[in-house]
Amino acid sequence: MARIVGGLATSHVPAVGAAIDLGKTQTDHWKPLFDGYEPAQQWLARVNPDVIVLVYNDHATAFSLEIIPTFGIGVAENFPPADEGWGPRPVPTVEGHSELAWHLSESLILDEFDMTMINEMPVDHGLTVPLSLTCGKDSRCEAPDHWPHRVVPISVNVVQYPPPTGKRCYDLGRAIRKAVEAYHEDLDIVVYGTGGMSHQLHGERAGLINREWDTAFLDDLTQDPERLQSIPFIEYVRETGAEGIELVMWLIMRGALGDDARELYRHYHIPASNTASGLIVLEPAA
Amino acid sequence: MSEQDQFDDIPGTYLFDRHRSRQGYHLNMFFFSLMKAENREAFLADEEGYLDRFPMTPEQRTGVLERDWLGMIKLGANIYYMSKFGATLGRSFQYMAGAMSGVSQEQYADMMKAGGRAIDGNRSKSEDN
Repeated sequence: MARIVGGLATSHVPAVGAAIDLGKTQTDHWKPLFDGYEPAQQWLARVNPDVIVLVYNDHATAFSLEIIPTFGIGVAENFPPADEGWGPRPVPTVEGHSELAWHLSESLILDEFDMTMINEMPVDHGLTVPLSLTCGKDSRCEAPDHWPHRVVPISVNVVQYPPPTGKRCYDLGRAIRKAVEAYHEDLDIVVYGTGGMSHQLHGERAGLINREWDTAFLDDLTQDPERLQSIPFIEYVRETGAEGIELVMWLIMRGALGDDARELYRHYHIPASNTASGLIVLEPAA
Repeated sequence: MSEQDQFDDIPGTYLFDRHRSRQGYHLNMFFFSLMKAENREAFLADEEGYLDRFPMTPEQRTGVLERDWLGMIKLGANIYYMSKFGATLGRSFQYMAGAMSGVSQEQYADMMKAGGRAIDGNRSKSEDN
């Protein structure tokens, strides 16, 4: 039987990927952010999962306005880093776990979560920056020749209104847990939620940051996940900036950990370009 | 307050809802086309000619040619799509954010280093906040 052994959530800022790719991680400006990832790297290496189920959103890269899937799942054997307008990031191809991904697709759809199955999907910074931050080498985050873990990508629409609600995301996480536990192979799985925290990238209000709101969100991932499920769309936008709605993806990770979870580590840093960068590591309570 | 009124009450914010998605479809698909290197080259070699491929409005076309970042957002551009245009011109998210909020990139970066734009006073157009 497969099992979920941990959860991790992190921001996925494109400028963070650029800082890694351009060798700027050790500068005075960037080093405090990257230093904060070393404990999470050590935790991940210790847990050494067979697969990461990585929840992220595509940023007008693999999907355009032609087709807007609310929830997608990557079922392919591999996913190439995308060219987002300045050439692909110099990181390894992401290896999938096709058999597990198809199992999850079937299980989730029969559980009434109507996933879009995706065979061709270049993956953008939303997926590759979290891998660099957590699987890269120390605070430099240099990518290895091959990513050490297979990845099943789960994509969530948070670009076109309306994104799925927080409760729907949390419930999808619970369904992922159920599906994982019904899988025949003995696999250890870590679930990632990515994006956020407070940030707004557009309009006259660009640059909005709300440390107090973000801190309460981090606290309540373990203390009051019920509250987090009921946060309405408008509150995310008003309090965390329009692009802070990405935080609903953290709730998929949290839902996958079961009713109770323990916090092992967190790191919060302002700014990562336009964004309050957050990181948290959780494990399911026994 | 209706949902639409609540959206419109948030200052300096243009939610990518059904209205903006319909209004901005061709503009955003132009941005999306810049994901391919050959299209970036074709656009930079002949901007007007390249834009003829996309049935956008004259106002949207002017916004593109004049690099009117906030104007394009008001005409239905989505920031993630528009970032492909920024990248084509060597402009970062921070550059565009500075331009949209009326300051230089350097002033904007300094604001972020100092903790970002404060939430207090930026919640609502209509109420004390």
